[in-house]
Amino acid sequence: MAWISNITVILLVAGAVWLARVASRSRYWRESARELWRRRRVALVVIGVFVFVALLDSISWVGGARDGDNMTAFQARSIIDRIFQPETFKEASYSAPLAGVAFYGGKELKYPGAHLLGTDILGRDVVYRALKGVRVALLIGAFTSLLVIPIALLFGVSAGYFGRRIDDGVFFLMTVLASVPSLLLLIALIMALGKGTLQICIALGVTGWVHFCRIARGETLKLREADFVDAARALGVSDTRIIFRHILPNIAHLIIITFALTFTALVLSETILSYLGIGVDGSWGQMIDQARNELSRAPIVWWNLAGASILLFTLVLAVNAVADAMRDIADPRTRREGQ
Amino acid sequence: MSAPLLSLENLSISFPAEGGRVRVVEGVSLSIAPGETLAVVGESGCGKSITALAMTRLIPRPGRIEPGSRILFEGRDLLALPVTEMRAIRGARIGMIFQEPMTSLNPVTQVGAQVREAIQLHTRASTADARRRVVELFEMVGIPDPVRRIHAYPHQLSGGLKQRVMIAMAMAMKPRLLIADEPTTALDATIRAQILDLIRNLSESTGTAVLLITHDFGVVNEVADRVAVMYAGEIVEEGTREEILANPQHPYAQGLLKSIPRADARGRRLEEIKGSVPRPGQWPTGCRFNTRCPHVFDRCRIEVPARTVVSPTQAARCHLVEQRSRA
Repeated sequence: MAWISNITVILLVAGAVWLARVASRSRYWRESARELWRRRRVALVVIGVFVFVALLDSISWVGGARDGDNMTAFQARSIIDRIFQPETFKEASYSAPLAGVAFYGGKELKYPGAHLLGTDILGRDVVYRALKGVRVALLIGAFTSLLVIPIALLFGVSAGYFGRRIDDGVFFLMTVLASVPSLLLLIALIMALGKGTLQICIALGVTGWVHFCRIARGETLKLREADFVDAARALGVSDTRIIFRHILPNIAHLIIITFALTFTALVLSETILSYLGIGVDGSWGQMIDQARNELSRAPIVWWNLAGASILLFTLVLAVNAVADAMRDIADPRTRREGQ
Repeated sequence: MSAPLLSLENLSISFPAEGGRVRVVEGVSLSIAPGETLAVVGESGCGKSITALAMTRLIPRPGRIEPGSRILFEGRDLLALPVTEMRAIRGARIGMIFQEPMTSLNPVTQVGAQVREAIQLHTRASTADARRRVVELFEMVGIPDPVRRIHAYPHQLSGGLKQRVMIAMAMAMKPRLLIADEPTTALDATIRAQILDLIRNLSESTGTAVLLITHDFGVVNEVADRVAVMYAGEIVEEGTREEILANPQHPYAQGLLKSIPRADARGRRLEEIKGSVPRPGQWPTGCRFNTRCPHVFDRCRIEVPARTVVSPTQAARCHLVEQRSRA
């Protein structure tokens, strides 16, 4: 399994570099990127750090476990694992952030003052666990968005543009999906598909496209009647070309906003699924779920919740901030003159 | 007259309405010679725009061209062509410009790229070649600083400049026919004259025929060679510009001309045609103008007037004209 994620990382990085090189050839994209950097430097850096952590957590290989335990010796361990060495870098049970002694009993810790956010009930370092959650969150958010947006665009734009039978069909599908409580459908799908990151992404994707599809359909309906679409038709432009050259660019800003909003909504809905016990292992949702009971202890154990929540909050905020700026930049009507 | 570039024969267009389809255009026959400028004049709702759209088969659903209609362009029946061939004619052989330059350009694409699309759609020109051609076209339609302007977005251009871009786009493939649907209605008076000059000059220098749709006799006077007057989905009179402007036969054409403000009529009350165009499907029997005609008599309410030839180039559909020509 390890090699799949390694290859994916290489492909992703190569794809991103290629995309950046292609985009940098066009003045429009170069200027947009520069403008985005000018407006949202901090948020971009934050997202960059998250992506970097997720990539570090995705590259893994077997061997090098220090404790020589048979269980871990043959498991592939990622770079994050190798930095933190969780097999040895742990305590017996809870310890407070940067504490020198255990939370219960006051025994001297193995690594006093080294756990920035303390340790959980099994003595695992909270910073390490929270960082492991980054990859899960990005994976769920990005993969499901990439699943949702093409489906919603395909259905929404073709329903809006061609109308009649296609519209009827898509609308029927949307109504059926919207009539079932989405959480119920989600749970049923996960039960049918089985637990796992990919399965949850698919389940979230199947239930999540309706909203954006409706927006895309409405916007296409409006654009179909636009004078410039008539003008394009009078020039002899084919329907497919009209969709790609005239409709899609005019809803590009919607795609970007929706990508960001779905992305963050998906990361958050995974938390809810974890709360119901059908989430992804190692996610922030699971950490928050476990922290539920800890909050009722006296003295309170708050660092588990804090670790997951801070990262969740930071990621969602950064993505939303960037999406907001992207929308302004992508829409030439709100773009500043004379650049 | 030489072989016409485009001729409409018995063109009827219908839209569905309560209790069957209603014909909004009925039995229109027209022809345009190569290089000629024909103005189609009429009030709003008389069917002139939909006639223009029919020429490139772009009538919006659920409108339909009725069987029995023929549209001959360069000797081919456009109504019998497959969709792909029709698309090859649009833009390449027949160009179109619309009333609203403000909204006829894609707001998120640079204008140069939009004109380039028009070129690359119909030729195998490379992007660099097509871009050079766009600059030439922009120069031709009088856009100052074309090299910089091709990178402009529509919202950065004025209405007049946008209409020039639209004309450049329509003329990009040197079409044989340019259909201009109220090209100056949305522009102010000084720009209007410039755009009309441009259309006339382009038509003269490239030999492109122009079908100009307008409700404005000022526009007719400036550019048209021939004029067709439409009322309630029918051509009621046609003739050369001089004939129609100086000697209109049909009472509707006379009424339209009288309702133009003139310098020598200062101080007098402007005449008008009473009422408005009846809606499609509610047209009166007999002559369709009989509800508003100042000269209406009994025969008009019963019998549909036939087309009466007044001169080799002028004809009208009116019982009065028929009686006069017989006398």
